Amino acid sequence: MDFEFSEEQQLLKDSVESLLGDKYDFETRKKILASTDGWSREIWKQYAELGLLGLPFAEAHGGIDGGPVETMIVMGAIGNALALEPYLPTVVLAGGAIRRFGTDAQKDKYLPQIAEGKITGAFAHTERQSRYDLFDVKTTAKASGDGFVLDGQKSVVLNGDQADFIVVTARVSGNPRDKDGLGLFIVDAKADGVSRRGYRTQDGLTAAEIQLSGVKVAADQMIGKAGAAYSMIEQIGDDGIAAVCAEAVGVLSALTEATTDYLRTRKQFGVNIGSFQVLQHRNVEMLIAAEQAKSMTFLATMMVNEADAATRRKTMSAAKTQIGRSAQFVGEQAIQLHGGIGMTMELKVGHWFKRATAIDIQFGDADYHLEQFGNMGGFESAAA
Amino acid sequence: MDLNFTREEIAFRDEVRDFFAKNVPTDTRRKLIEGRKLEKADIVDWQRILNKKGWAVYQWPKEYGGTGWTAVQKYIFLEELQRAPAPDPLPFAVSMVGPVIYAFGNEQQKKHFLPRIANLDDWWCQGFSEPGAGSDLAGLSTKAVREGDHWIINGQKTWTTLAQYADWIFVLARTDTKAKKQEGISFILCDMKTPGITVRPIQLIDGGKEVNEVFFDNVKVPYENLVGQENRGWDYAKFLLGNERTGIARVGISKERIRRLKELAKIEVSGGKPMIEDPRFRAKISQVEIELKALEMTQMRVVAAEGKRRDNKPDPASSILKIKGSEIQQNITDLLMEVVGPFALPFADEDATGSNQIPAGPDYAGPLAPAYFNYRKVSIYGGSNEIQKNIIAKAILGL
Repeated sequence: MDFEFSEEQQLLKDSVESLLGDKYDFETRKKILASTDGWSREIWKQYAELGLLGLPFAEAHGGIDGGPVETMIVMGAIGNALALEPYLPTVVLAGGAIRRFGTDAQKDKYLPQIAEGKITGAFAHTERQSRYDLFDVKTTAKASGDGFVLDGQKSVVLNGDQADFIVVTARVSGNPRDKDGLGLFIVDAKADGVSRRGYRTQDGLTAAEIQLSGVKVAADQMIGKAGAAYSMIEQIGDDGIAAVCAEAVGVLSALTEATTDYLRTRKQFGVNIGSFQVLQHRNVEMLIAAEQAKSMTFLATMMVNEADAATRRKTMSAAKTQIGRSAQFVGEQAIQLHGGIGMTMELKVGHWFKRATAIDIQFGDADYHLEQFGNMGGFESAAA
Repeated sequence: MDLNFTREEIAFRDEVRDFFAKNVPTDTRRKLIEGRKLEKADIVDWQRILNKKGWAVYQWPKEYGGTGWTAVQKYIFLEELQRAPAPDPLPFAVSMVGPVIYAFGNEQQKKHFLPRIANLDDWWCQGFSEPGAGSDLAGLSTKAVREGDHWIINGQKTWTTLAQYADWIFVLARTDTKAKKQEGISFILCDMKTPGITVRPIQLIDGGKEVNEVFFDNVKVPYENLVGQENRGWDYAKFLLGNERTGIARVGISKERIRRLKELAKIEVSGGKPMIEDPRFRAKISQVEIELKALEMTQMRVVAAEGKRRDNKPDPASSILKIKGSEIQQNITDLLMEVVGPFALPFADEDATGSNQIPAGPDYAGPLAPAYFNYRKVSIYGGSNEIQKNIIAKAILGL
């Protein structure tokens, strides 16, 4: 049992933090946020130079063979800096789908390009009715000649507007809420029949509504077997959960620290407001919530590669519930303890809060995962 | 980073688990599962079984009878003990006065008391709190005045747990009234049979009498019963209170209680269906289970860090364990009461009827409301949760 990072991991942590520390001061971030793309291709190149964009990929595909702990380190730094680049959709989700389940040809085609920073990706799953259920897919993939034809509408797709390739979930057979009959397809964003409408999300990231109208996909662009994609979608979802949990740890520790600093310096009634016990205790409660989130993130990180899906999913649901609860509490208290200034866009606290709020929603909110966890029987079994 | 136990640690866990499975007396185990009170003999017998195995004072240094286990092994042992479930070795003896004696006591005290503590030949109780000194413990006013080769002790202690069983009490008493309040306190051992000591039981809101007031009226104690130096008792008390760093989360006990809760939630019916199938109730169980898992991981982080620490100072992170651990324990007792619905109400009035028989409803319902009432204590004792927050604010946040 050891919670410490290896030397290589510590090195990675230092270099990511120094990159994002140098490049992502609040003023710079504001400018990037206001740019057309909403993220910086220049910094993206530096991610590539550091090896971050190929972090989880095999060396043969331009990667450095990093595991979940390495991803946790990077996501934590992204959360702390509130970096806007599409690391999660490109490297963790779309790239992750190909890394885990793609054919050799697919890996050769996409992963080195991702690692070099040449292309970005998106994972298009959510639909208007699906909410957080991973099997609720209406988009269809009809076998046609040598390949498939995709029709449907995908919503709130992170980086969906700018991605070069999109990993799409679609129904090959069965009814809209069947777990069987799902497929996973790599779609070229410029393919005929793909239309995208990009927008910003509350936390400043970019997303898109994606319309698929008679989009032709060759058979070799399918990931895994037709109709058997559900377990892959679950794994991709779990990769997403582990990643945003780690990001949340960066956000929540930053919020807690920023609040402590503010309590130490803000004066009212002639004293630092941190001398008031009611505020001290609230700040302590924030710390406890952030630490509990961190603990569950460690667990999620260690479990994300677990082959037994039932055990893995249960743990991920538990982690996402804890992270959602902690994110809401820490975020709200950070604003409250900052008072009026916490309400403004001029302070980073509000931006962290918005990201924390978004993280609760992404991949299923706390209430959704609480129910999932209960349905799966929880951790402890009844005494005999 | 590796959150798994090593192969040796897993083998150790299996050994400990197997020992508990074979050696915890069945009746004691049933009482713990059902939430019924343990008798003095249950606790003494069990600690002697542990002591025979060499595990009663597992956390002590080897030279005084401890095991020399790593921080992780100690953690595993305690988890398994609570999981069994089995009673803790008497904390006032094993975790409190024992460590003070081996750390600060003289050779004579070590030689006499430590083996008797391990075997629970002496039952110890804790003479710290007073009516006027709760959270502000250093404000205590019980006095010990030196007269020749004796101390004369006068004053009153309260919330003294299981003093009715005790052979000895360790007392914090003021020995210098002019010094700063923390600097005039001494740590004195006192035989409960000494004339002038009176024990009066206090009935708590659960109906039980586990705590007492202890009165000292010109109690004459040999001078050599002082531990360490005169007027240094506050340091020893802080050492004592900081000694229990991780066991305080009581994760193993809460896990065991959740298994019990699920067992009862399968039996108890609401709307024609088992309570466990009620989405609202199941969500409550799930919520506390998730918080408990997070606490378990937090505790493991503290344990792993402890294994690497060189100093012997208490880790302020243990205050987090105390706060979350007590909230979770209380939450579970609440759910255990909720699960039996109206049958939480019938009260086994032992004083009036001379019987602990529940007047109505299933037997397992009887102890559930009392446990809920009783467990309000866990966020009060050992430094209330508010005091713990003060500690964190100061020691971790620097406020």
